[in-house]
Amino acid sequence: MQVGIDLGSRTIKTVALKGGAVLQRRVVESGFEPHRQALQLLGDHPRARVVATGYGRHLMQQHADLDIITEIKAHALGARHLFPHCRTVLDVGGQDSKVIQLSENGRIVSFQMNDKCAAGTGRFLEMMALSLGYDLKQFGLAAAEAQASTAINSMCAVFAESEVVSLKNRGVPPGEIARSVHLAVASRLAAMVQKTCESHHLVFTGGVANNKTLVAMLEKALGVPILVPEDPSIVGALGAALHAGCS
Amino acid sequence: MNDAFQVHSDPELWEELGMDVARFSGMPPMLTNAYKNIFLSQHNRPEKMSYFDDMVANIHTGRIREIYDAKKGGKPVIGTFCVYVPEELVVAAGGICIGLCGGAQGSIADAEKILPRNICPMVKSAFGFKVGKICPYFQVVDLVYGETTCDAKKKTWELLDRYVPTHVMEIPQMKRERDKWLWLDEVKDFKAAVERITDTVADFDAVADGIKTINAKRFALQRLNALRHHNPSPISGRDMLLIEQIAFYDEPVRFAQKVHELCDELEQRIGNGVSVAPTSTPRVMVSGTPMALPNWKLHFIIESAGAIVVNEESCIGTRYYKDLIDESSADLEQQLERLTERYMKIDCSCFTPNDDRIAQVLKEYEASGAEGIIDYCLQFCHTYNIEAVKLREACEARGIPFMSIETDYAPDDVGQLQTRVEAFLEQIRG
Repeated sequence: MQVGIDLGSRTIKTVALKGGAVLQRRVVESGFEPHRQALQLLGDHPRARVVATGYGRHLMQQHADLDIITEIKAHALGARHLFPHCRTVLDVGGQDSKVIQLSENGRIVSFQMNDKCAAGTGRFLEMMALSLGYDLKQFGLAAAEAQASTAINSMCAVFAESEVVSLKNRGVPPGEIARSVHLAVASRLAAMVQKTCESHHLVFTGGVANNKTLVAMLEKALGVPILVPEDPSIVGALGAALHAGCS
Repeated sequence: MNDAFQVHSDPELWEELGMDVARFSGMPPMLTNAYKNIFLSQHNRPEKMSYFDDMVANIHTGRIREIYDAKKGGKPVIGTFCVYVPEELVVAAGGICIGLCGGAQGSIADAEKILPRNICPMVKSAFGFKVGKICPYFQVVDLVYGETTCDAKKKTWELLDRYVPTHVMEIPQMKRERDKWLWLDEVKDFKAAVERITDTVADFDAVADGIKTINAKRFALQRLNALRHHNPSPISGRDMLLIEQIAFYDEPVRFAQKVHELCDELEQRIGNGVSVAPTSTPRVMVSGTPMALPNWKLHFIIESAGAIVVNEESCIGTRYYKDLIDESSADLEQQLERLTERYMKIDCSCFTPNDDRIAQVLKEYEASGAEGIIDYCLQFCHTYNIEAVKLREACEARGIPFMSIETDYAPDDVGQLQTRVEAFLEQIRG
């Protein structure tokens, strides 16, 4: 058995593979001591070959005998497994966003990752939803239903929050602000994709790909269809599990 | 060695130099820990690194005492911030030239009490060292000579002049014939300013000596860099970076001699097949903005991720030592012209156009046997940041793995940088 574990900034994901088929997948909150959570999850598979990825991979390696790979490689492997023609991976997680360009045979040719700020990431969307009084699901729906939008200029999470406050105080309806935030993130992600590569067979992974409104906006901005896995948040863990099979 | 190593303290000397002693006394233990962790934890270092370890141990004491004594004995001290300021002429006039660029996060808060936050960390760090009175080098200089290579620097000099006499040399930003003449005039002004402080006139023989001394220092670094390119590497990237940094505050004749002694050892190591990393280790070249002491952030991340840094295309790196001055001049005028010609070959991104630099990066990539380039850009350094676009294009056209990063001295993005560097190594390994 092969297990991939992805210790992300917000959640920990595991995927267990046997004979190439997904046997089990789990997603839990990272909590305050992510490695304890992770070790507990791994307790289910005592004899498996394990590969860790994500922010907590080094921490995990201090506590367990396992190999590590970066999120970039993990998402590339996972996306390619689900969509064998995939040439571009967009991964937007809790704390960063990445664009990975793959060669025809699946090698990583180049990648881009946001700098130290959390602009255009899951955490950013979460903060914006919170300041508008929505949960994540309502946030996306409200954005889809709104008819109008305003430009959000700031992509810094801190500044954007004050921008949202000033929009609220100008009487702009929350749905409209939600739409504006989505559009701003979509346009930033589109620019990041376009800067890195031609977006053919683009696979969108990470928890943020669950946001259908954002996916639709991004498709419109890029002018290409976007492939979203059934469960986009576990693609990194899947990639790690696949790597466990070949290491 | 590891346990015995300590960055020394000398509160009396610091007091005499007008430093904020209470605050500065925390610095040596911090640096001791960082140095043990980053440098002394390495395996199989060359023995001759011990001289450079000593230079770090004495960075706030022995070397300062040496400079201070020389100053009291009539050798004025001139501080600079850029490889464009001709140190040959300081040596010729009987002065001491030291680099004052700041590479520490600790002084940035001091600077931000006055300067805007959104400017280059190197400028802020250096300015903060002076304002906070927490750099013995800054305290010991008689004057500093700034230049106009970037906006943050040239406007900061106006403010720095309130704390220490600050002269400014205009560096043209194009390389046409008329720019060369402007530059020559600036070099002559610089010479005169230095001579006013040292109360001498540097004649032909003195300038010839200055050129010879600094040429010898640069040549020693060229030799070291060429040896370091050997695969497997006889010396780590971070040790090389450290030596390149020490070049800016050590006594030049002794420094060159010590570098040659290290080179002799590296030649032996190469002959005996001794290295610091196996041939399978991914070889990374770093290009871009300078790394002033004690900025070891990127090298430490790269080498901790299992790669080795094999070249620095940087002001603290080849940009400082790749060119020498022709020593066969017949008179003083010719000496100054040849000096200016040498300085015009420096390919800082403040110049436009600057395609020579792209060619230079590619040349060093080949020479160093690197397998990928990480372009290092200090936050808010617009010229290097924009030039990275052309560098990326040139690398992609040749199939050279390339990654550009923008960062400052704060530790908050280390996790993200580790991920990017590790992914870059995964890309190189394929």
